[in-house]
Amino acid sequence: MSILLIAEHNNKEVKPFTLNAISAASQISEDLNVLVLGSNSDTVAKSISECPNVKKVIHINNELYENYLAENYSSAIIKLSKSYSHIICSANTFGKNLMPRIAALLDVSQVSDITKVVSEDTFIRPIYAGNAFATVKSNDKIKCVTIRPTSFDPAPSSGGSAEIQNGEPGDSTELSKFIKKEEIKSDRPELGTARVVVSGGRGMQSGENFKLITAVADKLNAAIGASRAAVDAGYITNDHQVGQTGKVVVPDLYIAVGISGAIQHLAGMKESKVIVAINKDGEAPIFSVADYGLEADLFDALPKFLEELNKLNTIQK
Amino acid sequence: MKILVAVKRVIDYNVQIRVKEDGSGIVTDNVKMSTNPPDDNAIEEAVKIKESGKATEVVAISVGEEKAQETVRKALAVGADRGILVKAEGTVEPLAVSKILQKIVEKEKPDLVFMGKQAIDDDCNQTGQMLAALLNWPQATFASKIEVKEKSLEVTREIDEGLETIEVNVPAIVTCDLRLNEPRYASLPNIMKAKKKPIEQINASDLGIDTKPRIDQIKVEEPPKRKAGIKVASVEELVQKLKNEAKVI
Repeated sequence: MSILLIAEHNNKEVKPFTLNAISAASQISEDLNVLVLGSNSDTVAKSISECPNVKKVIHINNELYENYLAENYSSAIIKLSKSYSHIICSANTFGKNLMPRIAALLDVSQVSDITKVVSEDTFIRPIYAGNAFATVKSNDKIKCVTIRPTSFDPAPSSGGSAEIQNGEPGDSTELSKFIKKEEIKSDRPELGTARVVVSGGRGMQSGENFKLITAVADKLNAAIGASRAAVDAGYITNDHQVGQTGKVVVPDLYIAVGISGAIQHLAGMKESKVIVAINKDGEAPIFSVADYGLEADLFDALPKFLEELNKLNTIQK
Repeated sequence: MKILVAVKRVIDYNVQIRVKEDGSGIVTDNVKMSTNPPDDNAIEEAVKIKESGKATEVVAISVGEEKAQETVRKALAVGADRGILVKAEGTVEPLAVSKILQKIVEKEKPDLVFMGKQAIDDDCNQTGQMLAALLNWPQATFASKIEVKEKSLEVTREIDEGLETIEVNVPAIVTCDLRLNEPRYASLPNIMKAKKKPIEQINASDLGIDTKPRIDQIKVEEPPKRKAGIKVASVEELVQKLKNEAKVI
């Protein structure tokens, strides 16, 4: 058994979820090779070679891979795939885009977004946005698996010295072309990975009132979320939507403000470590998943909450 | 230009799903079913492109049991011209769906295939990318904006870091994100009109595709229940609990 793990990077740095994927892959086999497809990406290959869990880094350095396009990536990966029992990457937008293209070319039924490794061929994965968990066994000769990054701790990134081997590029396809990337330049953490999320629902009553949420989020260095009801009402754009049809989040602290707790919202946040609900309706379903519920008018509670936070000497970031 | 849109019939997103007692799956009998939400975005986008004069025909397709016809019919009611239902019983994995779609694409010769980025039942997020691989077409996943050009599409994609814009040659596969558009509701006259639009029925086996699952589903379980929490009396108490008990701030 040996694993080919596809690294995500920007030609300078390894993206953090790669380390979570390495950690999951290590639970399947110790024979772990990591593929770096990049252009002028020596620092990336070097950095991955320092992960103690990695046995070998295969570095394919070619201008074809200056930007990440699944069409180009998959050709190179297919050429290497025959020597491996597993092909693995993270189940974020990078891996979700890439892995099915590889799996189909290998005629493999992919296992997406696993949260637990049971054995080399059996995995647990959430379905219905985490409202159920399926244990599945892959019967294909090569197993194509994507890893839910937040379910595995990142692997250590220093102390190792794996061999770096140069590899041959795959075919160039002219099917697609990268044009530009607009990275959201925000001091605020990204919703999917933030340690703290503060979300508002229909109870906010207007988009303007979301400034109360923003103030608390600023204080806690939190991402801002919203329920579908708040998005549908036009209070906030739907990139903030938490829920089955939005983002699934698992922060250390989730604060739901003026959110009743519709099923589809709960599906997106109920795995959070600590949940706080602030709602004036004491019967709201959100209280059934909240560790700490505060039955109060949010327009009184939020300013007071900020005031109390300001009194603290230190706040975890 | 012709656009094929794949739609899936799933349990409605407002339904609290229940795991079968024997752990063999999810209860679907007598449960409200609807179109997979991002598939609604896919249909909407195709219809908008047709309305702008850049497409001539929108064909809706679904793979599944007989009742998936309702999902195709709904797509017809919001503007698709005709429908195709490929009948297959039981679980059809994304790999098999993409092989079925490949056959249909070879026959229908669309310029574009749209579908939602992910189905909200199995949450696989595979079919579009797999179809693109099988056809050797480019793929634009998680689309939040589509601009139709002469022989290509410029697609803005939602990625972890923000937005990415790529250009894909036509023919292409696009998987749609929720931010792409606001799906319209079907008006009553259009629902009536949709009843007259044709839906072609084909058996998956007649296409030569084996839909038997490759992956064994060993068991399905409910997630661990959260332990009951407490109600706090004041904001002060809440902050103290978060600081000293939960230690998260």
